[in-house]
Amino acid sequence: MDDPVILRVENVVKTIGGQRILDDVSLSVKKGRLKVLIGPSGAGKSTLLACINFLSPPDSGTISLDGVPVNGKSKKELLALRQQVGMIFQDFNLFDHLSTLDNVRVALVKVKGLDKRAATNRAMEELARVGLADKAALYPAQLSGGQKQRVSVARALAMDPKVLLLDEPTSALDPELIGEVLTVIRDLADEGMTMVMATHQISFSASLADEFLFMEKGRIVERGTPTTLLARDSGSRTQSFCAKLSELAGDGHCELAPPSGA
Amino acid sequence: MDGFFSFALDRIIPALDAGLWTSILLIVPAALLGVFIGVSVGAVRVYGPRPLARFCDGYVSLFRGTPLVVQLYFWYFALPNIQIGDVALVLSPMWASIVGFGLCSGAYQSEYIRGGLLSIKRGQLRAAQALGLTPLQTISSIVMPQAFRRALPGCGNEIIYLVKYSSLASIITVNDLTGMGRSLAKSSFRNTEVFVVVGLYYLALVTVAAFVLRIVEKKLEIPGFESKRD
Repeated sequence: MDDPVILRVENVVKTIGGQRILDDVSLSVKKGRLKVLIGPSGAGKSTLLACINFLSPPDSGTISLDGVPVNGKSKKELLALRQQVGMIFQDFNLFDHLSTLDNVRVALVKVKGLDKRAATNRAMEELARVGLADKAALYPAQLSGGQKQRVSVARALAMDPKVLLLDEPTSALDPELIGEVLTVIRDLADEGMTMVMATHQISFSASLADEFLFMEKGRIVERGTPTTLLARDSGSRTQSFCAKLSELAGDGHCELAPPSGA
Repeated sequence: MDGFFSFALDRIIPALDAGLWTSILLIVPAALLGVFIGVSVGAVRVYGPRPLARFCDGYVSLFRGTPLVVQLYFWYFALPNIQIGDVALVLSPMWASIVGFGLCSGAYQSEYIRGGLLSIKRGQLRAAQALGLTPLQTISSIVMPQAFRRALPGCGNEIIYLVKYSSLASIITVNDLTGMGRSLAKSSFRNTEVFVVVGLYYLALVTVAAFVLRIVEKKLEIPGFESKRD
């Protein structure tokens, strides 16, 4: 429990078009941990993630990275923050006109100032890590959804982020492609990447997350370890939400996935 | 039409070849200037700070809203009369035309570029921002390369228009294709033959321009987005 807190979100409020999307949200993430945001659509999960790297600046509240509060007014600080916070989007958002290699390389060259050779090496390393080294020359339109999402993970990892934000990384994928992306996420968690992930893959994330945060109407209404919240007799919102999801999916089980590799 | 071919070979073609060169010297810089203005103004209108964007909107409505002939008269005849301090700017017919065509073409080009920019999904902008790219880097290396490709058919269309409206340069005394043709027609009284050949010259110019544009389009094609042709 002595790991340092990497990311701290305090009392964040965000109003869009007169509607309170985030209502006094606070959380903190320790190094190497995975926090999972769960909740119905419109609960504010994506907005919360976008507030953390100021893609959508919070109206009030504080975001601190490594104990240093971010000054949202300073453009320089924002650029520095975004270099250190990686983001994975639901619909990948790869740059369509760039090859897989260039998608990963562009920010290394433009933002980190690496020379082309070093950037290429680093980008190839990251692509190998997500198992796509052989796809470096292809363009986004030539990749499957799962491959696209893995490229976007490589793109984010190449920047050496301190925290990775994942906004429903598998929600836009065909069911048979979800597995390959989840495997990459599991590897990251095992390697000690600090992450905040919004997802509907509850039983998958239960085996990796150290805390579940259940969001509803812009607030965190429940928080606790997956084991506590998913216990059949817990009576938690998380449990009933999960039960509803798996009923819809028709797989009929909503409990902790058996520990992997056991 | 007696002796059309000998007249064409001896008189029309030598005269028009001289004019052709002038036309090309007019069209190429004006087209490049137009594309350059179009890209810059288009980007400012979509992503620029508000006052500058409004200023560029004003430029577009002015240059799209007034006849090109009037604009040319302005650059050639009116500009020298406007004195700022002791300095008055006098443009040669050639320069007045290049400036006039470039500015007018740029106004239209910016509209195609604007459309291209608006068609790029916001997600890619967010991804670029999330990686720490500055707004300028995001526009120059992520959004504009894609927007430009999408705008290219429209931009090419505008360049083809430019080839033809370059003929207006003749009214401010430039001896381009049309200018040379008109002098010859006046001196020889053989309007039909001369202007038919002038028309054919423009047709050839446009064909070459269309061909070059196709090659550029092909070169810039992104794998996976090839135009479908069976």
